[in-house]
Amino acid sequence: MSPTWQRFRDAFRRHPTAIAGAVVLVAMVLIALFAPWLATSDPQALSPIQRLKQPSNGHWFGTDMLGRDVYSRVIFGSRISLTVGAAVAALSITLGLVIGLVTGFVRWVDATVMRVMDGLMSIPSVLLAIALMALTKASVGNVIVAITLAEVPRVVRLVRSLVLSLREQPYVEAAIATGTRLPLILLRHILPNTLAPLLVQGTYICASAMITEAILSFIGAGTPPNVPSWGNIMAEARSMFQLASYLIFFPGAFLSVTVLAVNMLGDGMRDALDPRLARRM
Amino acid sequence: MSAAREVLLKVDGLRKHFPAKTGLLSRGVKVLAVDGVSFSIHEGETLGLVGESGCGKSTTGKLILRLLDPTEGQVEWRGRRIEQLTRAEMRPVRRELQAVFQDPYASLNPRMRAADIVAEPLRNYESLGAGEVRTRTANLFERVGLRADQLLKYPYEFSGGQRQRIGIARALALRPSLIVCDEPVSALDVSVQAQVINLLMDLQAELNLSYLFIAHDLAVVEHISHRVAVMYLGKIVEIAPKQTIFTQPQHPYTVALLEAVPVPDPTRRKQRRALGGDVPSPIDPPSGCRFHTRCPHVEQRCRREEPPLQEVSPGQWVACHLRQPVA
Amino acid sequence: MTALLHVQDLKTRFFMRDGVIRAVDGVSFSMAAGETLAIVGESGCGKSVTSLSILRLIASPPGRIVGGKILFEGRDLLALTEDEMRAIRGDAISMIFQEPMTSLNPALTIGWQIAESLVLHRGLSKADAMTKAVEMLHKVRMPEPVRRARQYPHELSGGMRQRVMIAMALACSPRLLLADEPTTALDVTIQAQILELMRELASETGAAIILITHDLGVVAEMAQRVVVMYAGRKVEEAPVEQLFAHPRHPYTSGLLGSMPHLGHSLQDRSVKRLVEIPGMVPSLREEHPGCLFAPRCPNAIARCLQEVPPLAAHGAGHSAACWNPMV
Repeated sequence: MSPTWQRFRDAFRRHPTAIAGAVVLVAMVLIALFAPWLATSDPQALSPIQRLKQPSNGHWFGTDMLGRDVYSRVIFGSRISLTVGAAVAALSITLGLVIGLVTGFVRWVDATVMRVMDGLMSIPSVLLAIALMALTKASVGNVIVAITLAEVPRVVRLVRSLVLSLREQPYVEAAIATGTRLPLILLRHILPNTLAPLLVQGTYICASAMITEAILSFIGAGTPPNVPSWGNIMAEARSMFQLASYLIFFPGAFLSVTVLAVNMLGDGMRDALDPRLARRM
Repeated sequence: MSAAREVLLKVDGLRKHFPAKTGLLSRGVKVLAVDGVSFSIHEGETLGLVGESGCGKSTTGKLILRLLDPTEGQVEWRGRRIEQLTRAEMRPVRRELQAVFQDPYASLNPRMRAADIVAEPLRNYESLGAGEVRTRTANLFERVGLRADQLLKYPYEFSGGQRQRIGIARALALRPSLIVCDEPVSALDVSVQAQVINLLMDLQAELNLSYLFIAHDLAVVEHISHRVAVMYLGKIVEIAPKQTIFTQPQHPYTVALLEAVPVPDPTRRKQRRALGGDVPSPIDPPSGCRFHTRCPHVEQRCRREEPPLQEVSPGQWVACHLRQPVA
Repeated sequence: MTALLHVQDLKTRFFMRDGVIRAVDGVSFSMAAGETLAIVGESGCGKSVTSLSILRLIASPPGRIVGGKILFEGRDLLALTEDEMRAIRGDAISMIFQEPMTSLNPALTIGWQIAESLVLHRGLSKADAMTKAVEMLHKVRMPEPVRRARQYPHELSGGMRQRVMIAMALACSPRLLLADEPTTALDVTIQAQILELMRELASETGAAIILITHDLGVVAEMAQRVVVMYAGRKVEEAPVEQLFAHPRHPYTSGLLGSMPHLGHSLQDRSVKRLVEIPGMVPSLREEHPGCLFAPRCPNAIARCLQEVPPLAAHGAGHSAACWNPMV
């Protein structure tokens, strides 16, 4: 078995929390996939006479100020949050990987690109995302792009440092000595050894992106108001907090649990790659 | 070595200077890692390259393999200058000039299976079918003393000595003429060292290989080499056939080095004083003869003038003012 | 004469997730005051763990000393409290390690690191301790001791750092010094200096030394008696001349034969092969009936695979654990 997978397997055995996180995450994904069947009503359906009802048998999470069923909105909200989290993670990792590989190997590109990345990193990522959203109209796609751009510099920095240290490894020298060409060296020797740390970083980015999306929506700079993301649901309920705290509690709870699950999974994976563990083997 | 054997590798005046990274005041300060090295290696011969840390022996190996580019000097392979070739032009030369590295743990990609590691050179150069790659890889494995049923394992499943054998199999894949061995047994246990040294010597006899054997362990170098070159602070101070250099060393540093090696014979305990001082830094080498700060026979001339490498007996070249060259 | 140190049936195990490692499996030996004992073996044989066990420095978890007695000047070290052990470490028993850079605190001056044990164990004032520290540096032949005392470890060369370690270890005049591969990381000329220094200091201070090494040359230079370990057990013990001239255990004999030594390959023109010990060290996690060396042993008979051989006497102070020893 490949050494990486073996390490993951051993680390998960040591960390039941990682398994718990994985289970919760899978549950959320299933909820998102089967939302139409799990929801009890149309999330957009207005019903003004049912406004602001407390949680009850008919409406498990109550209704909001427009009479919409909060439970169904929260269920559908999982789709948005998970999509944003996964998409941002995937895009930022891919983009960061490509840029990082190039900067790690081509010196003149390295100098200019890293200065740009440093500049971007000096702006707090949430503010950067807000600024980018201010330039375009609100949509889920734009939110994904904005958060991705804010997360890419950190990935580039990670990949670059990995590439720089991997370049010095004797097995890379050996590959050069046996006549391997540069593109193959990148593909066969450098890239596989960056994937594991990137996977771990990806889980953290996913968690961070879900929260950033919620923040953006909360202040009105995120997904459009009719789209039921967890952040949006909480945003709309801002002024009602005293009356109807459940409006914020349920989406907040789902968000927290999902982010926690992703973090626990990421911790377990990071543990698998921890060099201290490697020594114990 | 008999002059009838072809000269495979000829190195002349090789220099490698690195910029020193010691902070703000480091402008223009250089590490003179290799500072004027010349030697040649014939077909079927092992040249041992010994010295202590900082002497530049590993850097010399890398320069020959073009893993580093020389600052000055020439490297000739079968009469053709290779130190300035582009990467593409080097490719055909690389087939014949391979390497075995020191660290059995880091010289193999931990995420590749042993078979793929050994097959990589084959895949780089030859367009062979998958079946033939498999056969040749299995043959290489067996030739270095490993079992073909271990081909699909990952490096972490092998011991240090076995990993080194995989490295040797990889070096043999393209049927090279010369292998640069950079401290190939230093990281291995004594009993495993013996296995690998025997293997390298058997392969040399079988395949008429040449080796540039870089090491710090004089006893190992003596065992495996035909000729030996001793380096100190980036320069060769003595180069001679094995018999001569170990029985009649002429350079004071060679003498000190041989004296310092602990002999596994308790009846012959050291009576002489060990060589004093520390190995000087290659950033700021001493003037004149680099060894003069530690030499027990130092004279005024040694502090001012650098001694050239001169032949003091047939085949024995020494860089020392106190030795007379053969007329 | 009562022994300074008497190790009796020491057993140290490491309890890992996937099994228990029997790092030291019933090792016994004694030492008299002022003598130098070498413990020799390859990596994984348990020699380092033995010395760490004596000072009770085994990381616990996952390690634990599970059996035996360690009698130092009559007291069983395994029965002492941690406070009592702390009073002994650095005072009556000291240790020096292989890699001086990681054993020295990079953030403290070397003078203070030497002075620290004097303040702790002798109750000296800081000023007095620093004075004594400079004295110690002088004693270990450090050039410019006053200036060096104010320097940090990274400003010193490897040889100098090892001298600092020795100064630290000898500051409180220990009766027993444990030296774990003290020269393995050093260049050979520096190694010769350090070994010479250790020999002189041992005779000056009367300290007994346990020297742990894999280098039989160092053993021949330094030791009066030798213990050979293999896979956690003692396989042979002898006065040093006896061990080299008449090794009884096939592993000792194999080890001696597999080491190339200077002058060895110069005697006749034929290419010499080194003695190979085939196979690998057995895993310390598994139980093996019989002698642990039997699978690799040229002398193995049927009994070897079934029963563990006891230590049998082969002359004064010479014992070997073998059913079919060398003659």
